[in-house]
Amino acid sequence: MNRTKWRNLKNEWLSNKIGIAASVVLAILVLGAIGAFLSPNDPNALDVLGKLKPPSANHWFGTDEYGRDYFARALYGGRVSLLVGFSAMIVATIVGTVVGVVSGYFGGWLDNLLMRLLEIIMSIPSFLVMLLLSVLLKPGIVTLVIIIGLLMWMNMARIIRAETLAAKEREYVLYAKASGQGAFGIILRHILPGIVPVIIVSATNNIASAILMESSLSFLGFGIQPPNATWGSMLTSAQGHIMDAPYLALLPGALILLTVLCFNILGDILRVGLEPKLVKR
Amino acid sequence: MRQLIVRRLLQTIPLLFFVSIACFALVKLAPGDPVLSFVTPNMHPEDIERIRHHLGLDQPAYMQYLLWLKEMFRGNLGYSLVNHQPVAHQIIERIPATAGLMGSALLLAVLIAIPLGLAAGSQRNRWADKLINLISYIGISIPIFWLAIMLIYLFAIQLHWLPVMGMRTIGKESAMDVIKHGILPCSVLAFSFLSTYVRYIRSGTIGQLKEEYVQIQYAFGSSKRIVLFRHVMKHVLLPIITLLGMSMAELVTGAIVTETVFSWPGIGSLGMTAVKGLDYPVIMGITLLSALLLIIGNLLADILYGFADPRIKTTR
Amino acid sequence: MTRRLLTVEDLNVSFETRDGENQAVRGVSLHIDQGETLGIVGESGSGKSVTAKSIMGLIAPPGRMKSGRIEFAGTDLAGLEEKDWRRIRGNRIAMVFQDPMTSLNPVKTIGDHLTEVIRRHRGLGKAEARQEAVRLLREVGITEPERRLRQYPHEFSGGMRQRVMIAMALSCQPELLIADEPTTALDVTIQAQILDLLKQLKDQSNLSVVLITHDLGVVAQVCSRVAVMYGGMVMEEGTVEEIFYRPKHPYTQGLLRSVPQRKSGYRERLVPIEGSPPDLIDPPAGCPFRERCPHAMAKCAQLPPRFEIGPGHRAMCWLNDESVKEELAARPEPQGGAANEGR
Repeated sequence: MNRTKWRNLKNEWLSNKIGIAASVVLAILVLGAIGAFLSPNDPNALDVLGKLKPPSANHWFGTDEYGRDYFARALYGGRVSLLVGFSAMIVATIVGTVVGVVSGYFGGWLDNLLMRLLEIIMSIPSFLVMLLLSVLLKPGIVTLVIIIGLLMWMNMARIIRAETLAAKEREYVLYAKASGQGAFGIILRHILPGIVPVIIVSATNNIASAILMESSLSFLGFGIQPPNATWGSMLTSAQGHIMDAPYLALLPGALILLTVLCFNILGDILRVGLEPKLVKR
Repeated sequence: MRQLIVRRLLQTIPLLFFVSIACFALVKLAPGDPVLSFVTPNMHPEDIERIRHHLGLDQPAYMQYLLWLKEMFRGNLGYSLVNHQPVAHQIIERIPATAGLMGSALLLAVLIAIPLGLAAGSQRNRWADKLINLISYIGISIPIFWLAIMLIYLFAIQLHWLPVMGMRTIGKESAMDVIKHGILPCSVLAFSFLSTYVRYIRSGTIGQLKEEYVQIQYAFGSSKRIVLFRHVMKHVLLPIITLLGMSMAELVTGAIVTETVFSWPGIGSLGMTAVKGLDYPVIMGITLLSALLLIIGNLLADILYGFADPRIKTTR
Repeated sequence: MTRRLLTVEDLNVSFETRDGENQAVRGVSLHIDQGETLGIVGESGSGKSVTAKSIMGLIAPPGRMKSGRIEFAGTDLAGLEEKDWRRIRGNRIAMVFQDPMTSLNPVKTIGDHLTEVIRRHRGLGKAEARQEAVRLLREVGITEPERRLRQYPHEFSGGMRQRVMIAMALSCQPELLIADEPTTALDVTIQAQILDLLKQLKDQSNLSVVLITHDLGVVAQVCSRVAVMYGGMVMEEGTVEEIFYRPKHPYTQGLLRSVPQRKSGYRERLVPIEGSPPDLIDPPAGCPFRERCPHAMAKCAQLPPRFEIGPGHRAMCWLNDESVKEELAARPEPQGGAANEGR
């Protein structure tokens, strides 16, 4: 049962040209972010004379309003964006999975309580709260990760809860229960393995939304603080130079779009792989 | 049906109660003494205490909550810490700008999404579907502010077809002027909604077309068009009611980013200013309004859904 | 002499799946005369429903009719334009489906369903179509038809819905009615009622019926001729008497042994056919029943031809081959020995 799920996931991923393309693009972006330090230009080195220069052999994407190398900044910015997106996904996945599994497995008043709590949190406009929190807490990567992660787990919790409810009724789980295994052991050994594929799918989509959220926050000036850059904050300054250096706005936005697009596509391909079906697309 | 409405209403009341507590707590827990914003350098300490007493801030937290709740029911959301204007007044003043923008964006999105979604779903994996799919993928993946900047650059700066930002040209008082200003932010928002709707309608269409009754319609000589428009469309549009209900809240806060980029004088930019200035009463007011609208929107959507779906309508 | 209404010749239908080509129907040939009732019998996956859908031109991707000829009342259906197909479906050939719970659109009234078909094929006005719908509902035994027309499918029971489906199917006086397991999803008592209704409606007109079922008991009640399908092929074909009393194919014999004997008052222990149907993705060459057949022999690795047993009675099994018969006759105790060989 579970093995088929995995195989379907893998098949769907490998048999889909777009899926492979998305993976390759993401791999390049990640490598770029990791290897950013190899760039000959310091992303924070100012050069007043060489500011707002169009792309050249030395500066592949030109320079910004302080004469900093835009390519190097994009690489370092990508590092932060990807890191925040990935870590926020981890936070959301952990919280979402724990809440979902606990709620689904134990049911009863605990389930009721958690689900009502979830409803309340979902009723509050998250973006506004996110803005507020990022002002109140000291801005930085860790705060950003926590804020974004904590505002994203709710959907995941719902999905996992539903999956747990279904898994709970399977025979092997009932058998494990009847044979006196503890709840923790059952969850760990019998329930979680079955829902890992679902978690992966939903986590993939969560990275996409986390990166988008981070970029919005940074764009509005609530995210990573200068002189460090993320793709979002690079766009803030680019907006001010839209008249004299429009190309500055192009690159960071395109990078965000590309990254988020790839994660969304991968997420959907994996989701299709999870759907049991006879027909090939 | 009546039972459904009553049950949903009963579920809503505690939710509203807890959401209001959450809003209140959020602001209460925030650092900073709100009284300080009323303090001027030459005030006596007893003056400050008087203000504190006047604002009810010397009472225990639950009393403050009850007071706040009482005032809220009378339509008083408190006063801005920055400009000391009544919050309710400031919010109401800005509702038309946001509601107009979001309303037209939602309408535009739904009107475009229905044909696109049906076309994509019924032409599954053909070129039209692939194209529409690509567009909707871009729609959910594009950073909305970047799209806004690009459109401003293209249509306002390069082509000079549309104004760059704001809602009115200073000194002009025509509806046409507002519409011209609204085209870009409206399109940006519509595009972002559109993608979600298209994806829903597409997958709904694909799902319905696999249903047995559709096969059977073909077996009775229905053409694809008849199946799509007479049979599938109603099913597919039902979830849109729910989506629109959820969008009620976005009428208020959904446009923070867009309004900021375009300097649109709506509630989103009010919220943005409030957050930057830590203007808690304003933040609280907007949060509460948005939560209220979200809850009411969901409630309305559920009820409307019930009326639209005969399977729910005719069961008691 | 009866008129030949439908001829299916060497029909091949395949479905494209993840794991390869599923050859659901492999060289099926059938015919139906005017006024007769043909039963197509087989297990699920034997290709009987796919055959029916091909006759209706309803094979949609990933399915594909690879080859074959379907001739209906003198017209070759295979080469038909979609537009012309629509004039036949629901009008000259109608179909009743297995599961009445899913065969009606849940958000449309019963009246919508009926009037839509009537107006499309008979060009009646709204009011006339409605009257016609009332008449049809009454004919299939639904009381208070005026009120029932305004109701939605979920307000109908399964048997009632199947009556509505039959009313829809008969609304345009079709020449051929294909009933695909029309009673399988229903309770036993309702099954009998629906079968009676079908029989009664058939007797009133010169309608030809193809009844697809896995239940030989149903066939015995309603059909005049039977085709037994297995692994996408017609294994045996003949009149009801021939098939029930002189089955010439081991599969038919197996099926007959697995039919509950109704007359004895209680259900006897059935003898199921051991094993499972062949995988139609990359099916084995030769006789598809070989793996489960108690008489399997070396020769079965070759696909047997259709042996003419008598007029209209054909069986696709080497046991009917003259040389094989002689060979078996030469051996002592041929039947018993072979029967144990399987398992």
